[in-house]
Amino acid sequence: MSTTVDARGLSCPQPVILALDEIKKGKDKDIIVLVDTDTSKENVMRAATSQGYRINAVTPESEGYRIQIIKS
Amino acid sequence: MAGKNIFASRWGIIGVGAFIGILAPVLQKLGNPGNMGICVACFERDIAGALGLHRADVVQYMRPEIIGFVLGSLLAAYLFKEFRPRVGSAPIVRFVLGAFAMIGALVFLGCPWRAILRLAGGDGNAILGLLGLTFGIWIGTLFLKNGFNLGRTQATHTTVGWILPLTMIGFLVLMLIFPQVQDQGQNGVLFYSLKGPGSMHAPLLLALIVGLGIGFLAQRSRFCTMGAIRDLVLFGQIHLLTGFLSLLVFAFLTNLILSQFHMGFAGQPVAHTMHLWNFAGMTLAGLAFALAGGCPGRQLFLAGEGDGDAAVFVLGMIVGAGFAHNFGLASSPAGVGPHGITAVVIGLLVCLFIGFTMRRKIA
Repeated sequence: MSTTVDARGLSCPQPVILALDEIKKGKDKDIIVLVDTDTSKENVMRAATSQGYRINAVTPESEGYRIQIIKS
Repeated sequence: MAGKNIFASRWGIIGVGAFIGILAPVLQKLGNPGNMGICVACFERDIAGALGLHRADVVQYMRPEIIGFVLGSLLAAYLFKEFRPRVGSAPIVRFVLGAFAMIGALVFLGCPWRAILRLAGGDGNAILGLLGLTFGIWIGTLFLKNGFNLGRTQATHTTVGWILPLTMIGFLVLMLIFPQVQDQGQNGVLFYSLKGPGSMHAPLLLALIVGLGIGFLAQRSRFCTMGAIRDLVLFGQIHLLTGFLSLLVFAFLTNLILSQFHMGFAGQPVAHTMHLWNFAGMTLAGLAFALAGGCPGRQLFLAGEGDGDAAVFVLGMIVGAGFAHNFGLASSPAGVGPHGITAVVIGLLVCLFIGFTMRRKIA
């Protein structure tokens, strides 16, 4: 089971805040974050890595990216 | 597109900070005002003056650096396939935040970029400004922690993303049609300063090229002076901060080399020594930038990559500069303007109102 965080269309620093909120809940080890800019993609990846998650996959999806992070 | 963006790495952002830190004092050497090699707020204010939105005759010049920032970012965004036209995240609120950010910055006499350049030039008053900026951003992070947001953008027509870049191209064309004429305060529709900071500027072509270069690199690296402090306070992250500090260190060293470093509080170029209002002006600016999600430079770079809401913030700043000089809100080296203090208080109240009331859960 994975949780999806939809951060598309949100400006800095909302995507990171939403992703970190989900990480802190700690319910899922597998989180999908949807973003629509490269800046948000980089920021979410940087924040996830700093929280001990690893980036499992980044795939282009519609107008943005789907980032899958997994607790390592 | 899947390739690594080296400018978004630690050394990338440090390199971009160094690039700006070296070139800003060089622009000052080439003619820009003291400790104002680059100042996004001041330069947008000068643009407002050049267009006649205010008639403060010492601050009128169509600054090519600003034009370059937007167009350089546009170029980078297209080259790396990051141009994404988008709009619709509370534009009117961003306009108001832009206007009050400008008013706060003009009470201090500089945006965060100039605050750090003033410090790098030895101006002690900048310390008060930077403390105020940090305090304002800290208030902003409290709102962010409590769910403040401006809502989502929507993808839109390419034209929407092009409006501000086209406006900037229009400004450049105006400058070429109506160039500055020696000892003449006006040529066609453009106003020029004969004295004061507006009369001091680097050669057009050089200023434009430096602006384009910084715009390009800042788009790639996401350089943001407000984000530098916000990310530290909010997440304990120092990524953007390293770029900001790199700018400080390299600007300081360049100033030493160019003999532009003069330490002190009194008699600093385009600065006043009213500590409380240096602090409070930047508190207002910092809070407005934090709520709007980017420093004035970052808003220009975002506008260049298609963000129509950032473009509205930029227009808010330019109009805010008009208000600031028409209604006696802006400071001068003599101190705060007749209505500067009132404007800061009103601005803070407006920002608090926005911060407290826009907390609806994101759909």
